[in-house]
Amino acid sequence: MSTKKIVTYAEAINEALREEMHSDPDVILLGEDIGSYGGVFKVTKGLLDEFGRDRVIDTPISEAGFIGAGIGAAMTGMKPVVEIMWVDFTLVAMDQILNQAAKMSYMSGGQTKVPLVIRTQGGGGRGNAAQHSQSLETIFAHVPGIKVVLPSTPYDAKGLLKSSIREGCPVIFIEHKMLYNQKAEIPSEEYFIPLGKADIKRAGKDITIVSISRMVHFCLDAAKELQKEGIEAEVIDLRTLVPLDLELVKKSVQKTHRLLIVHEATKSYGWGAEVAARIQEEAFDELDAPVYRVGAEDVPIPYNLNLEKETLPQVRDIVDAVRNSLYLSI
Amino acid sequence: MGEWLQFFELNEQSWSWDQQKAEEAWRKMNVIRAFEEKSIELYKQGLMGGSLHSYIGQEAVATGVCMNLNTDDYITMTYRGRGQAIAIGADPYKLFAEMLGRKDGYCKGKGGPMHIACRELGILGANGIVGAGIPIAVGSALTAKYRKKGQIAVTFFGDGATNQGAFHEALNLAAILKLPIVFVCENNLYSEMTPIKYSTLNEDLAERGAAYRIPSIVVDGNDVRAVFEATKAAVNRARLGEGPTFIEAKTYRLAGHMFGDAETYRSKEEVAEWRQKEPIKRFQQVCLQEQLLDEQRLNEIQNQIYKEIDTAAQQAMEAEQPGMEEIFTDVY
Ligand SMILES: Cc1ncc(C[n+]2csc(CCOP(=O)(O)OP(=O)(O)O)c2C)c(N)n1
Repeated sequence: MSTKKIVTYAEAINEALREEMHSDPDVILLGEDIGSYGGVFKVTKGLLDEFGRDRVIDTPISEAGFIGAGIGAAMTGMKPVVEIMWVDFTLVAMDQILNQAAKMSYMSGGQTKVPLVIRTQGGGGRGNAAQHSQSLETIFAHVPGIKVVLPSTPYDAKGLLKSSIREGCPVIFIEHKMLYNQKAEIPSEEYFIPLGKADIKRAGKDITIVSISRMVHFCLDAAKELQKEGIEAEVIDLRTLVPLDLELVKKSVQKTHRLLIVHEATKSYGWGAEVAARIQEEAFDELDAPVYRVGAEDVPIPYNLNLEKETLPQVRDIVDAVRNSLYLSI
Repeated sequence: MGEWLQFFELNEQSWSWDQQKAEEAWRKMNVIRAFEEKSIELYKQGLMGGSLHSYIGQEAVATGVCMNLNTDDYITMTYRGRGQAIAIGADPYKLFAEMLGRKDGYCKGKGGPMHIACRELGILGANGIVGAGIPIAVGSALTAKYRKKGQIAVTFFGDGATNQGAFHEALNLAAILKLPIVFVCENNLYSEMTPIKYSTLNEDLAERGAAYRIPSIVVDGNDVRAVFEATKAAVNRARLGEGPTFIEAKTYRLAGHMFGDAETYRSKEEVAEWRQKEPIKRFQQVCLQEQLLDEQRLNEIQNQIYKEIDTAAQQAMEAEQPGMEEIFTDVY
């Protein structure tokens, strides 16, 4: 019989790291302030004490340097999990991530594998302004050679991180800063969630809403409001952008005939455009309405909290977009 | 390395400031302190978003450096950068307004505490990305050299930033192009929660300037007089077209890295020890000993500053929020 326990999103990630470090001595951690401080978001708490300085390595502020080192270690047999404190700082190391890690296997004709996980956190909601609030997932998803994971719940975070560490290729694992304290039940037993499997977070028949990360919760809230008017929305959490589980989206659209895509990243050129394009290519006849998207305004994130809120998608925007898709007045 | 690295010692015998200069330094350091203390209060009340990185304890660096600058010189700094802004003459009201995200803020409330920019004072911007302001300052020095109007650039950054690639690339570029820039490394012993001794083996970070053949100086960053004198020489060199200087100011941040930091990485004794050496107290003693300013005058100035800062904060709290249309302005 399986037992359950309640953990936060941060604790779930911590557990995944701990379990994987126990099961494989080649799993090591690198990052800024991850050791004795336990990480700025407390995700690596206790791991230094448990695994020692050889496996939990505090790095200088030098993202290009220690991501590069993570790549080299991965190429030679280790399984590094590198923490980049904010996804915005991956931009300092983009050459290492996109020119190096993402291309190694292909360029070497498969001789070299890079089993590297880059754990980081993104998104807005705390008034951290333009350089600490971005949703950059599309950039990574656009360049072949790196898988892209964005968990929305403690359950998903744990299961997906454990799989990511075993995936055998570069994975960027983007957590959301507003989710760290969110609590939920997870099994006490070990479990894995494969990459590339989307999840129906709420079943419904009237419209399919596809989302990821924190926006999944906004979509669920919107679905609750819509239910009051008799609209049953199906909410699909993609969980990974690469690989993309288009099949599940297609199946859902075959049932609902309507599709709305919701992401926190800026709307233009976002991954929503990709999903929309693919659905119209592969399921055009199923659609009873245009595919709609809700995304952040195409601006850097403003500091002022009211402005920030208005810039990012809100539950209201999702409800309105659904009504629009159903040809109801907003 | 020897000839490129120097340890600056203030010559107490030949050092002399008039009353006006002493007042200027006393005033600036106190405005910074009062401003930072007030900011923490406002942050505690939940009036700010994001994180707040206090400058308390490092006031002598911003003050000593900026007393040598003109408002047409260029400055870049970090998320901790309200100190430098005040030292170069920023209006506390407009700064508070920015911290609170108001329309009257220097950046219309869109930048916030980490991104203070004020072009009329030469401040190109504080930066949320560690190390990123350094090459930008080098670029402004390139402009200054090209325009030949005697302008220079100064960039402020922390000890941790000297581990970033951008830092090294920027220093080398400034050295070979002989640019009019002063690199000011505020070594407060910690990069976030990591003691600098765990992230670099160089005891003196000025060695890193010397490595690029930039004249590099280590200075007591808690002595406003020493910072001023060391910077004066560096600024003169830059203005005369003699190229960059690197200044490592040894100092200490008395508050946590950011508000809410549990400070588990250092002892209370260590902080208490540095509190004894803090720059405002130290300069007060100098003023009294040298009979530059008497106790009454020092207190009078200080009290007045605290009142002014209170008023500025109050005004900022009442200031208007930016309109929603501001979301879409200034993008390009
Ligand atoms: C590129 C980048 N990496 C990491 C961070 C997170 N971070 C913010 S401040 C800081 C410490 C910087 O230390 P230091 O340069 O010594 O400056 P100080 O904060 O002490 O003034 C870190 C790691 C960041 N903002 N940017």
